[in-house]
Amino acid sequence: MNTPTTPHEDYSAANEVTLVKARRSVLQNVWRTLKTAPPTAWFGMVVICLYLIVALFAPLFAPHGQAQVFPMAYAPWSDEFLLGTDALGRDVYSRLIYGARNTIGIAVATTLLAFLIGGSLGLMAAISRNWLDQVLSRFVDVLMAIPSLIFALMLLSIFGSSAINLIFIIAVLDATRVFRLTRAVALNVVVMDYVEAAKLRGEGLMWIMRREILPNIMPPLVAEFGLRFCFVFLTIAALSFLGVGIQPPTADWGSMVRENAGLIQFAEYDLTAALTPMIPAAAIALLTVAVNFVVDWFLHQTSGLRDEH
Amino acid sequence: MSTNDVLLTMRDVRIDGYSDDRWHHIINGVDITLKRGEILGLIGESGAGKSTLGLAAMGFARPGCKIVGGSIEFDGIDLLKLNHAELRNLHGSRIAYVAQSAAASFNPAHRLINQTIESTVSHGISDIETAKEDAIELYRDLQLPDPEHIGQRYPHQVSGGQLQRVMTAMAMSSRPDLIIFDEPTTALDVTTQVEVLTAMRTIVEKYNTAAIYITHDLAVVAQMADAIKVLRYGETVEDAPTRQMMANPKETYTQSLWAVRSIEKPPQPAIDTVLEINHVHASYGKSVKVLNNINIKVPRGQTLAVVGESGSGKSTTARVITGLLPPLEGNITFNGNDLPAALKNRSKKQLQSIQMIYQMADTAMNPRHTVRDIIGRPLHFYLGLTGQAQDQRIMQLLHLIELDESFLERYPSELSGGQKQRICIARALAAEPELIICDEVTSALDQIVQEGILKLLLRLQKELGITYIFITHDIATVRAIADQVVVMYQGKVVEQGGKEEIFTAPFPEYTELLLSSVPEMDPDWLTQLQQQRAAADA
Repeated sequence: MNTPTTPHEDYSAANEVTLVKARRSVLQNVWRTLKTAPPTAWFGMVVICLYLIVALFAPLFAPHGQAQVFPMAYAPWSDEFLLGTDALGRDVYSRLIYGARNTIGIAVATTLLAFLIGGSLGLMAAISRNWLDQVLSRFVDVLMAIPSLIFALMLLSIFGSSAINLIFIIAVLDATRVFRLTRAVALNVVVMDYVEAAKLRGEGLMWIMRREILPNIMPPLVAEFGLRFCFVFLTIAALSFLGVGIQPPTADWGSMVRENAGLIQFAEYDLTAALTPMIPAAAIALLTVAVNFVVDWFLHQTSGLRDEH
Repeated sequence: MSTNDVLLTMRDVRIDGYSDDRWHHIINGVDITLKRGEILGLIGESGAGKSTLGLAAMGFARPGCKIVGGSIEFDGIDLLKLNHAELRNLHGSRIAYVAQSAAASFNPAHRLINQTIESTVSHGISDIETAKEDAIELYRDLQLPDPEHIGQRYPHQVSGGQLQRVMTAMAMSSRPDLIIFDEPTTALDVTTQVEVLTAMRTIVEKYNTAAIYITHDLAVVAQMADAIKVLRYGETVEDAPTRQMMANPKETYTQSLWAVRSIEKPPQPAIDTVLEINHVHASYGKSVKVLNNINIKVPRGQTLAVVGESGSGKSTTARVITGLLPPLEGNITFNGNDLPAALKNRSKKQLQSIQMIYQMADTAMNPRHTVRDIIGRPLHFYLGLTGQAQDQRIMQLLHLIELDESFLERYPSELSGGQKQRICIARALAAEPELIICDEVTSALDQIVQEGILKLLLRLQKELGITYIFITHDIATVRAIADQVVVMYQGKVVEQGGKEEIFTAPFPEYTELLLSSVPEMDPDWLTQLQQQRAAADA
């Protein structure tokens, strides 16, 4: 066989061809992604931004205080009371604006807490895969076996319905679903060689959770955050509608629907009166739809599904 | 090849692929002419466009790829002018495809025989009963055990080599004119590979089927093909009948493929022992023992190669040494001191001195960490280096593995296979270990890249005096780099000794089988081996 003595003098490991992505700053990357966003996602993002602005600057937008009582109950829509007043003579428009702050604030806090609890326990269960995983998973199964709205109602009547209790109870109940998702996606990452390599290096549990696994399961968790937020938001509204959620005089959309629900029967005399309870309900629906649009787009982006060319 | 009529003609085929927001050329004008009953070997490194070209021969382009130019004519039919339905009619009846991973290509929920005859029946070539009889005949031709009943089994009930042969039977069942074999034996052990190659060659010859055989293993293609085409960067490098090309390769690149095993390592006498495995038994859960009374001595500053086929307990031995799998019995001593059995009982110093390099560099590095993070972490964790000092050390390590500072901020997905493995080596070196366990570190790499990595490992050993335990199933690699060799079979050590000793006759029965199964760069090797084994059986 004709064998040259030094066959690859020109070979150099550094020169092997690979595709190196252009380095861009985070902002450039965000802008590049945004440019490709579909109109639904844009709609969702604009709506969410508007809600956030209203929630943050509620006192600037609201003409009256949320608990301020005027001597005219059930006032019709007018220049002073844009959407009229409720049974106690409070300005519905102002309460709607303050409601954004209260309802969204509590929903965000609850979702964050649910992810903190469910996420960290789910990661721990996935990494340890021993009795701890069994105990946590079975406990979660038990919690999930009980219808959560009824369970929440029960717990709220036991502990009393303050905002703090509301946040904790819904967070714990929702953390079960976050736990399951985190555990499931983390299991796929835990079996990777790089996690084994980290264990062999002697890394602690926290490092493996935070640096090796978390960055790799972020996309499904972020998407779940959006969806979970919607459900938490709806749960709070439902509980308020049932009267055990956010307590008066704090304004929130769920209880506003309940308080003004009776006005619907006056639709044949005054259409605007019938619309009054519909507006907070529509506010809830609009935000939920907007968040879902954004989550859908985000999921599509991160799922790695590409349109075929 | 008596008949002269041409079956497949591909002229100036060009294929583009879409990645990173733009189109790239994958295939740049390649010609292929294939006559009836002829076997063409396509050879090249990964990324050379072998598989893309193989699929194009079926008139098919993967999602994200498109055929942009040239002509593909199969038996007078222009494949590029056919619509989807017409192409589908052709696939599985006149053109068949055998994929690399048989295990991933079978539906686990259906019996083998039903999957074998599925396309034949659905194309209306024959009815179910005839097809089944024919499938059994094919199983017999392919030397599958118990051909009458093996079809009743499910995919998980047969071995990898058997599954690959069933897949060949599936492809043959419609008696196609052309079969594309896409690396059909790459995932198999050498001892199994020989059986599969023999079976495939026999059946293709029997039915005078033309074939395109895609592989990166030159020795394998030499056994199978009548002609060889060498591809690189989507272009033809060289094209010649097998014997002519083996005897006299013209291009430098082709010559370099031939010469890959040019590394020689003179064996050195063992001076003292760094690690000793004494009477180790191990198992996963309460199931059968995976390791049965293993005794291994690892000489300091040298390379101990652990050889055996999959399932022989090579990797389990590594897991026992690293502490991931505490043994049931027996102990391990490191530098004369007992090493705690379980990982969590080992000191940081002990963890630091034994490092591991994995087979799949892809999964051994966190895709969300940059090269700086990956190499920097052990520096910080074991040696407490931060900031400037850490950066300087990372740079030194990068130079040691023949890469430069442009790699610092790259993510693993932006590295080639060889570069990834080099970064893994740098990560192991960063801990300043005494012993590195290399688990099949070169088996996922192309030949030229393999040689680069092996040379690097040898150089590092010479400069830094590191000991390697080198787990592999590739005998050629063992010859190149080992000082001591351990042969394992079914959880036991069959033979242990110096390289010369192991590779000189007389061999124990299993070593003999293992060594004789390694394909050689000789077109007559398989034929001769077949005759030898037949003679031995008689």
